[in-house]
Amino acid sequence: MPGPIDLIIWFLGTAFELAFVVCSLARKSFLRYFFLNLYLLLSTTVSIGRFFILWSYGQRSGQYMYFYFYSDALLTVALFVALISLYSHVLGELTAGEYVKWGAVFLLLGTAGFSYAVVAQSANRLSTNFAYELSQNLYFVGLVLTYILWGAVLKLRETRTRLVQIILSLGLYFSAYAASYALLNFSGKFSMMRYICPALGCFLPLSWSLTMLRYTDESRLVPARLVAVPR
Amino acid sequence: MMASLIFVASLATLWMFFVSYCRSLMASSSRHPLSAEVRDVTGIRTVASAGDYRRVMQLLQLCPERREERNKLQAVNIYHSFLSGTRQMFAWIVPSLRSWAEHEQAGCAYFAAVALDRRIAHNREMLAQQDNP
Repeated sequence: MPGPIDLIIWFLGTAFELAFVVCSLARKSFLRYFFLNLYLLLSTTVSIGRFFILWSYGQRSGQYMYFYFYSDALLTVALFVALISLYSHVLGELTAGEYVKWGAVFLLLGTAGFSYAVVAQSANRLSTNFAYELSQNLYFVGLVLTYILWGAVLKLRETRTRLVQIILSLGLYFSAYAASYALLNFSGKFSMMRYICPALGCFLPLSWSLTMLRYTDESRLVPARLVAVPR
Repeated sequence: MMASLIFVASLATLWMFFVSYCRSLMASSSRHPLSAEVRDVTGIRTVASAGDYRRVMQLLQLCPERREERNKLQAVNIYHSFLSGTRQMFAWIVPSLRSWAEHEQAGCAYFAAVALDRRIAHNREMLAQQDNP
């Protein structure tokens, strides 16, 4: 069973995920940010499901392992779709919606194909290895896509505060996640590191909830002020 | 090798997103003009300087806080500490970092001064409500 700190982080993360959905409903923005809500609702359901399976079968059971890896792959795909929906928000006025949709499908299939090619050599646990590989690769694709989206936000002089902060939170989350994974490779089983990735999982829904609470859809900002190093 | 490359690249994007996120938090207050009394008490005339931050934060602690700005202030405080650290560690390698960090810290000071202004106005309003129920 996970320790008390793991459980606290787990419950907090689930509470923040639900908080975002409640905030969007209260702010009447549920449909506007439907795919973000869908991702967080799915994440809440998976979190509860994982807890029950962990409780019933234990952490080292095959049931928990399969559920964990498959649900993780499903959540990563849902996050990818949520990210693409943000592209639609930003590029909506350019009537580029169709290109974005096809580009996303192509990228998703390409990543899945690449992940399959990587794990195809190992015959053991092919499907769980594939799910794990797909999640990892989609996270990396997500980081690159968020970076490009941020470039589009600056180029198109996006002024909607809420949208800008949602994208920035996502960028922070992906970068911190990638950095912590790389750090995990250096540090091995260093005790503090095992809390960092789950704690980062709390950051995204918390930051989105605060954005939803603080700003309305009418809030605007000056995009030039957001550039990290002004030219 | 690959892990160190990913680590460095992700740290660079993390830095960029963190700076932009903090700037987006502070953006709302940048156009807010300071009242005459806050300008007097903080010593900020039109533009804040990096050195004003500590003094404004001390003044903020004397004033009862508003719940809605607590998280933003904490985030800006982390940003200010991050800028101080960056200035101390890297300014000798990249000298232009010093002036950039000072410019950002001045932005933090102005944000804190606007928060102080809002706190004073809020508390004054509360007192007026108590006096005239």
